Formats: sequence, C-alpha cells, structure tokens
Amino acid sequence: MIDPKELKYTKTHEWVRYEGDAAFVGISDYAQHALGDLVFVNLPEPGDEVEAGEPFGDVESVKAVSDLFSPVSGEVLEINEELLDAPQLINEQPYEAWFIKVGGITGEEEMMDAERYDAFCEEEEGNE
Amino acid sequence: MKLIFEKSVPGRGQQIFPECDVAVTLPKVPMRQTAPRLPEISENEMGRHYTELAKRAHGLNDGFYPLGSCTMKHNPRINEQMAALPGFAKLHPLQPEWSLEGALEAIATLEQDLCEITGMDGFTLQPAAGAQGEFTGLLLIKAYHTHRKDDARTEILIPDSAHGTNPASATMAGYKTVEIKSDEKGMVDLEDLKAHLSEKTAGLMLTNPNTVGIFDDNIMEITRLVHEAGGLCYYDGANLNAVVGLVRPGDIGFDVVHLNLHKTFSCPHGGGGPGSGPCGCKKDLVPFLPGRHTGEEGFRREAESIGDMTGFYGNFLVYIKALTYILSLGKEGIPDIARNAVLNANYMMEKLKAYYPVAYDRTCMHEFVLSLEKIHKENHVSALDVAKALLDFGIHPPTMYFPLIVHEALMIEPTETESRETMDGVIDAFIQIYNEIIDNPQAVAASPVTTPVRRLDEVKAAREPVLRYKFGE
Repeated sequence: MIDPKELKYTKTHEWVRYEGDAAFVGISDYAQHALGDLVFVNLPEPGDEVEAGEPFGDVESVKAVSDLFSPVSGEVLEINEELLDAPQLINEQPYEAWFIKVGGITGEEEMMDAERYDAFCEEEEGNE
Repeated sequence: MKLIFEKSVPGRGQQIFPECDVAVTLPKVPMRQTAPRLPEISENEMGRHYTELAKRAHGLNDGFYPLGSCTMKHNPRINEQMAALPGFAKLHPLQPEWSLEGALEAIATLEQDLCEITGMDGFTLQPAAGAQGEFTGLLLIKAYHTHRKDDARTEILIPDSAHGTNPASATMAGYKTVEIKSDEKGMVDLEDLKAHLSEKTAGLMLTNPNTVGIFDDNIMEITRLVHEAGGLCYYDGANLNAVVGLVRPGDIGFDVVHLNLHKTFSCPHGGGGPGSGPCGCKKDLVPFLPGRHTGEEGFRREAESIGDMTGFYGNFLVYIKALTYILSLGKEGIPDIARNAVLNANYMMEKLKAYYPVAYDRTCMHEFVLSLEKIHKENHVSALDVAKALLDFGIHPPTMYFPLIVHEALMIEPTETESRETMDGVIDAFIQIYNEIIDNPQAVAASPVTTPVRRLDEVKAAREPVLRYKFGE
C-alpha cells in the first residue's frame, strides 16, 4: 500500500489528517501489518484531553496490546465508534479507519511527510 | 466431539439426594422460579466425557511443558496426599478457631518458612493468585505512604520487560505507571531509572531475574536509588524459582514480595489451580497486612489492615501442598531447586543457540528467550509456526511473543524437574524443526498435523467469542 501524500506521520506510526481546525488520527499500513489482525480497540471519550506523544488508547491483536500515541494535543471531539465493533476495518483500510477527531489543537509531535515516513519504515525494517 | 449439553437426555442422571419427605418452609426471599439447566447425564457417560477432553489436552503428565515464566514443574504426589487428609480437607471456614489448631499451626509454619525464604518479616497467605498478590503489595505500599502522610507519591516505576500484570495491578491500586527502559543487556537502564525517580515515586516493581531470564547485576544500586527517592521496592516473585534458597529478596533491598505457590512451590498451576499468591513485607508494612496472619499475639487481624483480599483464609489446601513441598525438601534441598533450574535452562540454551539465536547471549537464569526474527525474515517461518510444529512432537509450546521487547520471541523454562534425557529429546525436536525450516518451510507453516485440531482461528475466537452454550437459541 502506498502511504497517502496528504497525511503526516509520527515515529510511532500514527497518521494525522487535518480538516479545517480538526485533526483525524489513525495508524499507518505499516503499523497494522506489524500488529497483525486486530481484535479490540480502546478509545477515549469525546471531551477527553489528549496530549502529543502520550497514549490516548490501545489496540489489541492476538499477539499483544499496543498503546496508541496522540500526534497532537487537544480535545477529543469525536471517536470512530464503528471501530469498536469492527476492529478489522483498521487492517482492511488503515487510512480510512480514523480513531479520534481532535479539536482545539494546541501542539503537535514532530511528524514526517509520506516520503520521509516510507524511508523511516524501511530503516525500521532493516534494524529489526 | 459433542459438548456435555448435547449429550444431555432429560430425566437421565444421578439421583444424589433422595426425595424430601418432610415439610420445608423456605424464607420469603427472591428465589429462582426454574431449575438451572444443568446437563442430565449418567455418571458413566460423564466420566467418559471428561476423559475424552483430557485426552485432547496436553498437561504436565503428557510431556515437556516449557512455558516460560510459568514454572510448570512437577507437582509431587505427596502434596496431594497431605492436602487430602481429612483434618485439612474437611474443615469448614466458619468452624470456631479453637477447633482449627492443626490448620492454624500449618498456616503459621508456612508463613514463617516463607518469611525465612524471602527475608521478610510478615506474610499474608490470603491473596488467591499472583496478580492479587501484586495488588495486595501495592495496597501495602500505598497504606505505608498514606500513613506517613506522604500523599504526593502517585507513580509506580515498572521496567518494559515486566509481566503485563504489573502495570495492571498498579493501575488498579490507583497509581500511574511509568515505564523504565531496559538496556542492551536486558537489565534496568540505570540512567532511565534515575531520570524517572522523583518525589512522586511511590515505588518500583521488579521481577528479578526478569522475563528475559537475566538477573540484574545492578540490583543493589537500583533498590538504593529507589529508597533514596523515598520509594519502596516491590519484588515480583514470578521468577523466584531461579534463586529460591540462594538469594533472598529482603537481603537485596526489597520491601514487599509476592510469591506464586503454584509456580515455585509446586502447587498445580493449569486448569484453574487454584492459585495462591502470598504477599510478604518488611516490618514497617506488617501493620497493614490483610486478613488474619500470625503475629506476636497469635493469629490476628492487624488494626491498620487494608482489609480482606478474599473470603476467609484464602486457598487453604494450596498452602498444605506448598508446606509439604518445603518440608520435604528442607533447608538443604531448597537451594537445589534453583541450581538445577538454572543448570537445565543453560544446558538447553547452549544446545539450541547454534540453531536459533538467543535474544541476550549470556549465562541465563531459569529461562531464556530465543528470537526468531532473523528466521522469520529470511525463511518466513514465525515463532508461532515453530510453537505449532512442537505440538507434533508431543511438546507443549514455550511462551510466545513475550516479553514484548524481543521480536518473534520463544521463552523457554524447562524447570528443575526435567531429566537430561527428556531435554535431549526436546533439543532434537527443535533441531529437526530447524532443518525443516531450511529444507521445507511450508511444512513447518502447515503444522500441527497430528493434533485433534490443527490451527485455531484465534482472530475469530477473539472477535466473536462463544462463551456459553446456547440452548436452542
């Protein structure tokens, strides 16, 4: 899968898509592939504060539970409730399956564009 | 095979109780209106049903069971014999204390023995399993700080190699978990520890040896640093089997410890145990112990107790098994547990590392971790595939994909109760699988082929679990 050019990516493999003042957050194709089939998702509640670089939820595969790190600081406006019943959507369409929509953004993590992120993933692959 | 509910025939079954022939007046309380839908089946057929289930499972009596960090050692049969003595087995938890003297003496003896083995001053046997022992230990730490009006301590430090129960217990006790990195040797990264110690530190939870089977060389410095910051040190006893009788947590700076009687002390582990996770502590924490324990004034509840962790005395018959084990081995025999557990693990590691790379190549303690990352990349055979292939050799798979800091991990703990011949057979199986990985990786990926069921759909089981029988629904 090609990582969409219009998104920004973190070193912990989350993506961000800005729409107006709000940011949608998901995990990359590389991340869903590394995690394997996902079976549970834990998300915050709308109204919760998230902080850049801090966990905001977790995903569970048959292997392990992994934290989701927020690329931005702000307030959760909305969560993608569909994922709670159908976590496989994250595996099937990682760039459609957003986890949270964040507003009132006050800061963000250092992020990469698609090209740099692809290179970063290749490097990770090599180091492992 | 059919489920027991599918074998049920209305009206069939054992008549355990005769028909009641006296008038019974039941109190006016909410009562169920229909009988429970228990399966109706004859004793003969029930026996066969469970025997058939047992044949499809793999227990310690079937073969090698190297489940890392679980210490699946042999459970000596004499333990069962002692626990079945009517004087222990037929007690009622509500009978008066004066009629329980033998049982109380057994409890007191076990508490004292565990204190001596761990270097602690007091023990509660009440926690029903390891995680509850951890939770108890954290509540003791909390009670200690609260009692000193040192209320700003909100963080528990936990290394990234820890069992998942550690952060879970800390969270349940109301603490924030702070993760400490491991260094390249698999030990606590001292700089990262120093960076995270503060006036907010309530304590550190440490498993030593840790989940990669390595004894932390810096343990004295680690516990000193935590104490200097005003925190307490918690010893997770999950891996005590590696050091029991040789190293006492109380002598290396730990203030609280939990033990798993169903690991180190040879009580049954699988199939629901039941478990038992006693929690011990230094004298400053004794006033907060839960339940009743043996103190200077006999078997009493502490005035400042954190309360009960379970009802009554906990899993009492498990104590009898652990006590039997301790008394059978004695002070002289107990250190041999650790010596042989470590010897067996190193023997297997040395034999296997030419085929499967070890995650940390140094003398290990009671267990070691292989990393199949390279094999996975080059030969497209995963740790899961090798675990499944072992089933065809009648070997229970090792712990897989744990600890999380090692990719494609297989964590092997042979325990001290396996013979050299058994281990040689297992090593041969691993080597045969390795040759298959090179020559015919598809065959490894297709295993197991000899088991009653082959690969299970774990994803479907997790996403759509069926947790009860559906009566024609």
